[in-house]
Amino acid sequence: MTALHMLHEVVSLTAAQVPVEAAEQVETGTSKLGGGGEQVLFWVMSIIMVPAALGLLFARKAVHAALCMALVMVGLGIVYLAEQAPFLGVVQIFVYAGAVMMLFLFLLMLVGVDSSDSLVETIKGQRWLALAFAGGLAILLISVLGDVTYGSPKGLKDIDASGNMTAMANLIFGNYVWAFEITSALLITAVLGAMILAHRERLVPKPTQRELSIKRIREGAVKAPLPAPGVFARTNAVDVPALLPDGSPSLLSLSRVLTARGQMRPVGTVREDVKIIEAEITPGDRPKFDRLADAPTENADGAS
Amino acid sequence: MNLVNWLYLSVLLFSIGAATVLVRRNAIIVFMGVELMLNATNLAFVTFARINGKVEGQVIALFVMLVAAAEVVVGLAIIFTIFRTRRSASVDDANLLKY
Repeated sequence: MTALHMLHEVVSLTAAQVPVEAAEQVETGTSKLGGGGEQVLFWVMSIIMVPAALGLLFARKAVHAALCMALVMVGLGIVYLAEQAPFLGVVQIFVYAGAVMMLFLFLLMLVGVDSSDSLVETIKGQRWLALAFAGGLAILLISVLGDVTYGSPKGLKDIDASGNMTAMANLIFGNYVWAFEITSALLITAVLGAMILAHRERLVPKPTQRELSIKRIREGAVKAPLPAPGVFARTNAVDVPALLPDGSPSLLSLSRVLTARGQMRPVGTVREDVKIIEAEITPGDRPKFDRLADAPTENADGAS
Repeated sequence: MNLVNWLYLSVLLFSIGAATVLVRRNAIIVFMGVELMLNATNLAFVTFARINGKVEGQVIALFVMLVAAAEVVVGLAIIFTIFRTRRSASVDDANLLKY
C-alpha cells in the first residue's frame, strides 16, 4: 500500500506541471475528439480484444493462442487507424498480423501442434501467484491512471494538415535519424543471428537411398509401405485403422498427427466394429443390430 | 468519450500479457505474451501522442515495432534451436545450467 501511495504522489507531482485549463471539457466527453463513433468503436474493440487476449492466456492449444493473438493484432491495427495514426495502423496489420504472427504459426508448425503445455507446476503455487501479480499490476496501473489529471486532448489535426506520413517522416529523418540508422544495424544483426542460429552444420554425409534401405533391413523395421487407413468395407475415413488379416486393427496405418491430436477413432470402438462386421459376414442366422437394421429404411426414405 | 479509456485498455492488455509470460510453459506462447505487452505499450504511446498533439508517440511506437520484429526473429530462432537439441519447447526443460 505504501508503494501505491508513493506512486500516486509521484504521478500527481508530474501531472501538476501539465496545464489543466479545460479539464472539465474532457470530463463531459463532448469534445470533438473521441465522439460517439469512437466510443462505439472503443467498446466493440474492447469486447473483441480483451477476450482474445484472455484466450492467449487460457487456450489449451498453442495454435488457438496464436490465432487469438492475431485477432488482437488486427484489432490494434484498427484502433490505430481510428486514433489518427493511419501509417502505424497499416504497419501494425502488415508487420504484426501479417509477418510476425505468420512466423509464429510457422514455428508452431515446425515444433509440432502436439507440444501443448504440461500441467505440472515446478514451483508450488506459481500459477496463482503469477495471476495475483498480474491482477495487482492491473489494479495498480488503473488506479494510477485514474488519479492523473490530463490536459484537454489536443489531437493531431494541426499536424495532420500536411499529412501524417510527412509529420512522421520529418521526425524520423530529422530528430530521430540517429536512432533510425542504429535500427538498421539492429535489424541486420538480428538477421545474421537468426541465420547462424537456424543453420545446421552437416557433420556426416547425407545417407543415400541404398544405405537407408540396408539400414532398414538390418533393423528389422517394416519393409513394406505402411498399411493404408480406412479399409473397412463400411467406411473409408482416414481416422479408422486398417484391419489386419486376423481382424485386429493395425495402428500403424493411422497418421501420426491424428494419433497425437487424439482425433483417431478409439481402438475400443474399432474392436466393436470388427465384431459387428464379423457377425455380419458370418453365414447363418444373422443377428439384428439396430444400426444395421435401420440403415436400409433410411436409404429407402432418402431415395423416395 | 474520454481518450484515457484507451489507456485503460492498454493497461488491461499489458497485464494479460504479463500473466501469459508468467503462467504459460510453452516458450512460443510465452513469447507471444511478450509481444502482447509490447503492443499494449504501443497503444499507450499512440494515445499519448493524440492527447499531447505530437507525433513523437507514433514515431516511438514505430521504433518499438521495429525492435520487436528483430526480437521475434532472434527469439524464435533460439526457441527453434533449443527445440532441435532437446525436442521440447517447454521453458521448464531448458534447465542445464540449474545446478
